[in-house]
Amino acid sequence: MSDLTRLTAAELADKIQKKDVSAVEVAQAHLDRIAAVDKTVNAFLYVDTERALSAARAVDEDVAAGREPASPLAGVPLALKDVFVMEGAPTTCGSKILEGWSPPYDATVTRKLLEAGVVILGKTNMDEFAMGSSTENSAFGPSRNPWDLDRIPGGSGGGSSASLAAFEAPLAIGTDTGGSIRQPGSVTGTVGVKPTYGGVSRYGLVAFSSSLDQGGPCARTVLDAALLHEVIGGHDPLDSTSIDAPVPPVVAAARDGARGDLSGMRIGIVTEFQGDGYQAGVTAAFVQAVETLKGLGAEVVEVSCPHFDYALPAYYLIAPSEASSNLARFDAMRYGLRTGDDSANSAEQVMALTREAGFGAEVKRRIMIGTYALSSGYYDAYYGQAQKVRTLITQDFEKAFESVDVLISPTTPTTAFRIGERADDPMAMYLADLCTIPANLAGTPAMSVPAGLSDEDGLPVGLQVMAPALAEPRMYKVAAAFEAARDAASGGALIHRVPELEA
Amino acid sequence: MPNISRDEVAHLARLARLAVTEDELDTFAGQLDVILQSVARVGEVAAEDIPPTSHAVPLTNVFREDLVRPGLTQQQALAGAPAAEDGRFRVPRILGEEA
Repeated sequence: MSDLTRLTAAELADKIQKKDVSAVEVAQAHLDRIAAVDKTVNAFLYVDTERALSAARAVDEDVAAGREPASPLAGVPLALKDVFVMEGAPTTCGSKILEGWSPPYDATVTRKLLEAGVVILGKTNMDEFAMGSSTENSAFGPSRNPWDLDRIPGGSGGGSSASLAAFEAPLAIGTDTGGSIRQPGSVTGTVGVKPTYGGVSRYGLVAFSSSLDQGGPCARTVLDAALLHEVIGGHDPLDSTSIDAPVPPVVAAARDGARGDLSGMRIGIVTEFQGDGYQAGVTAAFVQAVETLKGLGAEVVEVSCPHFDYALPAYYLIAPSEASSNLARFDAMRYGLRTGDDSANSAEQVMALTREAGFGAEVKRRIMIGTYALSSGYYDAYYGQAQKVRTLITQDFEKAFESVDVLISPTTPTTAFRIGERADDPMAMYLADLCTIPANLAGTPAMSVPAGLSDEDGLPVGLQVMAPALAEPRMYKVAAAFEAARDAASGGALIHRVPELEA
Repeated sequence: MPNISRDEVAHLARLARLAVTEDELDTFAGQLDVILQSVARVGEVAAEDIPPTSHAVPLTNVFREDLVRPGLTQQQALAGAPAAEDGRFRVPRILGEEA
C-alpha cells in the first residue's frame, strides 16, 4: 500500500491508533519505498530494517492491548541524520574517518525518539561533519534532490530533506549550525526548524561548532514538525547548555495558526536580505508570500538589521575555529580510522597521516582556517572581532523584536543548484547560508516553510520565519497560517507536485 | 590583509596534524587566501567597545551530586579502538627516534 508514504505523520499516527493500519505496515511501506528509490536518491547511509520493524511491532502491541500511545507520534517512521549516535547503528557523519564505527550509546534525541515509539528507519547522508550546503562533501556520494535529480538537496542535512521529499520518511532529524536544517528544507519544498539554542539536547550529537550546533525537526508539514519538536525538545542534564525550561507549546501554536488568522501579528521583512544576488524566482515567491501574510491580517513592515551583512564572515571564522578544536578528537587513538601504524611512524605521524586520509577537502580547509583564526597575532583581528560582530547581530535582533513579532526573509538566495556547480568554489557554496546564519549566531529560533515554486526553474523556494529566543510558538503560528493559505490557493500541498521517481 | 603563502599553509597543516600533499598545498593556498580575504570583512565593523559573545545563551556552571552512575564497560570503550592490547588502547610510539 504505497500511498501510506504520502500521508503526514499526524495522519499516520492517527490511523495507527484507530487500527486502520498497523505500525508494521507503515514501517514496511517506507522500507519498501527506500528499497525502490534510494539507489537513485542516496538519502540513507544505513537502513535498520530489523530494529525499525521491531519498534513498529511494539507500537502495535500497545495499540492491541489498549495502552495509551507513548507519544502523539507512536509508530511514525523517521530518518535520523548520521550525526546523532544510536547504539549499534554505524555513525559516520559522512566521513571516512568514522567509517564502520558503531557507537556504544544513544544520543538523548535518539533515546527520546525511541521512548516516544517513533520508528527510526536509519541514518541519513550529510556533508562531512555537517560542513557544507549540498551533501557533496559526504565521503559516501551526494544525495539527490527529488525535484530534479541533477540538483543538490541542500546541506548539510541533504539526506534528511531528500528522504522527506522522496516520501521515504514522513519525519527526519537535522542539525543546524549555519542553516543545515533550513536550507535543505527550502530547496526540497519541506519544513525545517532550528529551535532556540539549547532547546534540543546536544548529548550524543557529534560536535562541529558547539556554540552554534542545534538539532531540530524536519517534516513535510508545519504541524508534523511541531509534533516532532515536542518529542525531541526539553531539558537534558547531560548537556550543560540545555535550557532548563518547558518546551514551548509549538503544537498548539501550529493548530492555532492553521485557522488562518494573523491579525495583530507584526511581521518584519529584513531589509538586508533582498535585492542583488537573489534569484528572480526566489524574490517573486517571497513577494507573493508577503502578500499572502498580509491577506491573513498580519501587519508587514520592513526592518533593517545592519550587521546581518557581517553574519556570513563572522560565522566562517567562529564555526571553523570551534571545528578545529572539536575535530582534534579524531586522533586515530581511541576510535575511527588509523593509517600508517607501521611501527616506524610515531603517534603524531600516524595522527597526521590518518587525518589526511580520513578528512575530505572542506573539513581540512575549515580546520586550517580555524587554526589560522585562533593563532596568536591573528586572534584579535579574526576570532575576537567575529565574536564582537556576533554581539552586534544579537543586538540587531533585539532591536528588531522591539517593533515586530517575527522577522522574515527568503531562506536561501537561490533554488537548488546543480551538483558540481559550486563544488570547486568554497565561497560560492558558503553564500547558501547567507540568510540563515544570523539566527545561529544569536541562538534564536528560525524555520523554513515552503513558499512556492520559482518561475524560472519550477523548483521550491523557502520562506524563513525568525522569532526571539524561546518564542517558537510565534513562528510556528505564522508558518502554519501561511502553509494553510498557500495550499488553499494552489489546490494542495506543494510537496505533492514533486515529480514521481522511477522506482 | 591575508595573502597567505604556501609555506604558511604548510605550517597550519602541521599545527592541525594534517599530512597534506604538495598538490593540496597549491590548491589550499589559493582557496584559503580567497576565504580569509572575504571573512576579513568583519574588521570593517567598528566594534571597539562591544563585548564579545562566545555563547548565544548566558552560561552558568551547573553542579550535580557526585554520585556513582553506570558508564561504559572496558569492552565497550575499546570496541571502537583501531588497536587494543591487554584491555588497553594500543598506540604507536609516542617519542621520536632521537629521544
